[in-house]
Amino acid sequence: MSEGDTLLYLDGVTVTFDGFRALNALSLVLEQGEMRAVIGPNGAGKTTMMDVITGKTRPDTGKVMFGKDTDLTRLDEPAIASLGIGRKFQKPTVFEPHTVWDNLLLALAGDRAPRFTLFARQTADEKRRIEQILETTRLTDVRHRAAADLSHGQKQWLEIGMLLAQEPQLLLVDEPVAGMTDAETEQTAVLLREINRTRSVVVVEHDMAFVRALDVKVTVLNEGSVLAEGPIDLVSDDPKVIEVYLGR
Amino acid sequence: MKLDRAAILTIVLVFGAALVMAALNQMTPPASAMHVPTYVIALAGKYLCFAMLALAVDLVWGFAGILSLGHAAFFALGGYAMGMYLMRQIGDRGVYGNPNLPDFMVFLGWKQLPWYWHGFEWFGFAMLMVVLVPGVLAAVFGWLAFRSRVTGVYLSIITQALTYALLLAFFRNDMGFGGNNGMTDFKAILGFNIQADSTRSALLVISALFLCGQFLLARFVVGSRFGKILIAVRDTESRTRFLGYRPESYKLVVWVLSAVMAGIGGALYVPQVGIINPSEFAPGNSIEAVIWVAVGGRGTLVGAILGAILVNFGKTWFTSVLPELWLYALGAMFILVTLFLPRGVVGLFRRRSRLEPEPEVPAASAAQEVTG
Amino acid sequence: MLRLLALLLLLLCGPLVAHADDPLAELASGSFDTVRQGVEDLAQSGNPNAAKILSALQNGQLYYLPDHTLLIQADDGSYANAITGKAVSDDDAEARSVRINNSIRSVLDAALGSLRLFDPNPSVRLNAAGAVFDAHQPAAIPALDRALAKETDSAVKTRMQQARAAAVLSDPGAAQDARLAAVPVLRARGDEAARGVLASVADQPGPVGAAAKAAVASIDRVLQLWSLAQSVYYGISLGSVLLLAAAGLAITFGVMGVINMAHGEMVMLGAYTTFVVQQVMHAYVPSLYGGSLLVAIPMAFLVAGLIGVVIERSLIRWLYGRPLETLLATWGLSLVLQQVVRSLFGADNRNVTTPDWMSGATQLGGLTLTWNRTYIILFAFLVMAALMAALRYTPLGLRMRAVTQNRRMAAAMGIRTPWIDALTFGLGSGVAGIAGVALSQIDNVSPNLGQGYIIDSFMVVVFGGVGNLWGTTLGALTLGIVNKFLEPIAGAVLGKIVVLVLLILFVQRNPRGMFPLKGRAVEA
Ligand SMILES: Nc1ncnc2c1ncn2[C@@H]1O[C@H](COP(=O)(O)OP(=O)(O)O)[C@@H](O)[C@H]1O
Ligand SMILES: [Mg+2]
Repeated sequence: MSEGDTLLYLDGVTVTFDGFRALNALSLVLEQGEMRAVIGPNGAGKTTMMDVITGKTRPDTGKVMFGKDTDLTRLDEPAIASLGIGRKFQKPTVFEPHTVWDNLLLALAGDRAPRFTLFARQTADEKRRIEQILETTRLTDVRHRAAADLSHGQKQWLEIGMLLAQEPQLLLVDEPVAGMTDAETEQTAVLLREINRTRSVVVVEHDMAFVRALDVKVTVLNEGSVLAEGPIDLVSDDPKVIEVYLGR
Repeated sequence: MKLDRAAILTIVLVFGAALVMAALNQMTPPASAMHVPTYVIALAGKYLCFAMLALAVDLVWGFAGILSLGHAAFFALGGYAMGMYLMRQIGDRGVYGNPNLPDFMVFLGWKQLPWYWHGFEWFGFAMLMVVLVPGVLAAVFGWLAFRSRVTGVYLSIITQALTYALLLAFFRNDMGFGGNNGMTDFKAILGFNIQADSTRSALLVISALFLCGQFLLARFVVGSRFGKILIAVRDTESRTRFLGYRPESYKLVVWVLSAVMAGIGGALYVPQVGIINPSEFAPGNSIEAVIWVAVGGRGTLVGAILGAILVNFGKTWFTSVLPELWLYALGAMFILVTLFLPRGVVGLFRRRSRLEPEPEVPAASAAQEVTG
Repeated sequence: MLRLLALLLLLLCGPLVAHADDPLAELASGSFDTVRQGVEDLAQSGNPNAAKILSALQNGQLYYLPDHTLLIQADDGSYANAITGKAVSDDDAEARSVRINNSIRSVLDAALGSLRLFDPNPSVRLNAAGAVFDAHQPAAIPALDRALAKETDSAVKTRMQQARAAAVLSDPGAAQDARLAAVPVLRARGDEAARGVLASVADQPGPVGAAAKAAVASIDRVLQLWSLAQSVYYGISLGSVLLLAAAGLAITFGVMGVINMAHGEMVMLGAYTTFVVQQVMHAYVPSLYGGSLLVAIPMAFLVAGLIGVVIERSLIRWLYGRPLETLLATWGLSLVLQQVVRSLFGADNRNVTTPDWMSGATQLGGLTLTWNRTYIILFAFLVMAALMAALRYTPLGLRMRAVTQNRRMAAAMGIRTPWIDALTFGLGSGVAGIAGVALSQIDNVSPNLGQGYIIDSFMVVVFGGVGNLWGTTLGALTLGIVNKFLEPIAGAVLGKIVVLVLLILFVQRNPRGMFPLKGRAVEA
């Protein structure tokens, strides 16, 4: 796949929960190598969109295509993850009892079958990759600590590190800077941009300063469908967008 | 695989004690103060078999979060497979002297051996069945359950239903497993007199050997990368899916392994207690096995062995001294351990390892909603 | 038999009818044939004493003297003249009893039946018509005709017509038209008895046999429907038992999410409460004993409910959010409760009696409904309805729902959530206690009573969909009916195993039951 090809393609995706439309004919196109920020008020359906892409939720109708011809609606979570779609959750979820190192080890791309992991030994290559990620996510010092003992920001970073370890083509990042200090937020923006050099990224975020810092195309979701799309300055001047953010 | 002190101690104690007891039984005259009577040997052998069951329960409950309330079923199935071999060993020494049919079949007026009894006259085949029968049942059950993501108490309840169904089935005479009375009056195992002191002692040592082997195997499994993933599945199952793991495969592997371990325990249990009957399937038995693990310390393996031996020793003591009080004691143990000793006896002696389960993950409890 | 009878009739029409004018003389005889002729003749004769004499014969109290005088022996052993009723001096040596055999007995039944057809009391006539139907002796036809001509009660009339049809059909000598006309009458009646009469002539050649055969087939179809309905009734009955056992669990497990393995013991306590109530009432107010169950219901609710509240306050509340540990602790509790009851009442079954108004059975078309089962079905639905109403309409129910849906929000609004928890658990336990009252009527009251229901109850709740009382109801009924339909095919035990296996498969397919709740609460 070359630059400019479509990586992710959502068309007319509708999800209802007991009659409530969480996603309403949502359409979204992501280019190969692109980074996209998705914003929208609480309950707009951002997390639900990620659920649909990663196979957690099946859409009632609509198409979800990855690459040219992979229909994501037919696959389950592990299959989608193995295709190269990684996800960071809104609430950081790492394996609390395990060390930072083991968390990354478990996330490393590789054979996921029990018959392999039962006898797997850590290779030099794996060690090198883990050390590299520790470096990138600034977790080298705490690598032998249990993930449960990390600060909130460190957990967020560990989860991003786990995403990197998966070596996905597409990263879905749900509210990565929630609960971070300003400095951490800034660093996260830098990190995401760096990641974006080799991978496509979808970031969901509320923090406007952060979104501005990313400086990418923005999609505004509201009530389950796209309200506006474009550069952040254009979008933030859109009266419809101002209405949903400030009007209530 | 590195072994910590507790693990080495466990192995040395279990195997050493068995060896010493067997030696004293064999080498000292019955009158000697050092003599270990044969009934004690049989009792100790029984405890070790229960310890295997406990180990199996801990493997799935402590490390994969599957609270099985039906593990005694696998234990009993292994026991039945062994029992069938022992029945065939009786040959024409039964009450009816029929060389081809076990007594209960003669009694029922059966003319020939049912097809599924064929092969059990060979020890090797019977041992294969000890492994295969619980293993295959566990594989089928687990495949269905884990694939459709049945978890938590739902899973516990259907494991309970599984053993209940087997209980009812084995009570039936026409199943061909001796119905109500099960199988007993065994004479020999591999040609050795099953009542002989030497056979009893040998069985005890073999049980200790198998228990230690299972313990090492379990340690290996939980210490591997597989084990780390298992713990991740136990605590945050859905997260592992988004990393590309299939929790159902991991659970299935450990579930089948655990069932086989329990089955082997059952197979060693039967020659030492001399009987196998459907009451081994009773739902209460499986739940009792869980309390052994809880008493010892869930998710520690060592605790499972310790708990099984402690509780069963207590049971033997109570039922001989204060039989009416045993159920009170057992009931109180369930309550007190869960309330006040969530990490079990092992927890009293050592710091919590970070890999041990939390007292309990506030797991998805039943839906909290009424539509009445 | 029929043919023999016909033959005998032919013979009797011949020279032997010598005594025909004096049936009484015929009766006073040692020959079975003569006696039987006498019975038939007497029944036809219109003699006002006929009924009395024939009853005496039936009871073995008819004697005769060598001079052919008939005597009736009274219960005290004294004799009286059968016609005049005058006492006769004791003369045992002379009096001989009129002996009867099976063939006479059936003629006698028919004869007495036809005599009672004229009784002034309609219910006696109805019974008589039934007896005549069962005997279906052609000899009864004239009597039936006379009775029908006079009969005014329509139910009795129908029954008489059926009896006549049975008799006509059974008479090979009757006109073919008449016999053909009898077939539809019997088919309309449509029960086992009618089928029996029809089947007995179905293999006769000619149109009568063919018509009878067709009628038998049609009755079979109807009877099959009835037996289907009977199975459904048994299924509903079993389902209502399951429902009662599971109703309390639907609250504690379904609504609160507490895995109470001691639930069965709450049922058991309810049953023992019934026992105690009956003992006390028997000792102090025997006149009200018939209402003991009605007293036991609130008592069982209170006893089990209070114990439930105590359990919740002392044990369960420390274990919220830890379902697996709750399971273990409550299992321990169940062992303790069983042992307590065993110590107090002994390990044997206690005898709980069934009041008169709950014994026996009634017939509804082709259905046999035993009263205790029927009452339990009604009771189960009543309990469910009350439970739903309580949850929906009472302030307590509102608070319960609020707490289970969003504990923190409810607490913020001033609801005392710990109390609500205790009361909810008490309600579930109390309902289990009530179930115990009902189950004491159909099961052995022993310390192990509850154990038998615990797995089934959980299955019902899980099958129906946790937290959904409608689901629980439908789940219980479905399980009950499926179980009863499997029983004849697979046998009781195997049927139960099949149901368990099906349930396991079902839960694996639909981990959230038949009527899953949707929404985020479920996934929490
Ligand atoms: N499993 C679910 N069941 C019921 N409602 C849901 C479920 N998932 C999401 N919703 C609803 O869908 C809407 C969108 O949720 P979400 O995607 O989490 O919004 P966002 O992430 O944009 O804040 C919300 O109103 C939420 O309550
Ligand atoms: Mg969200």
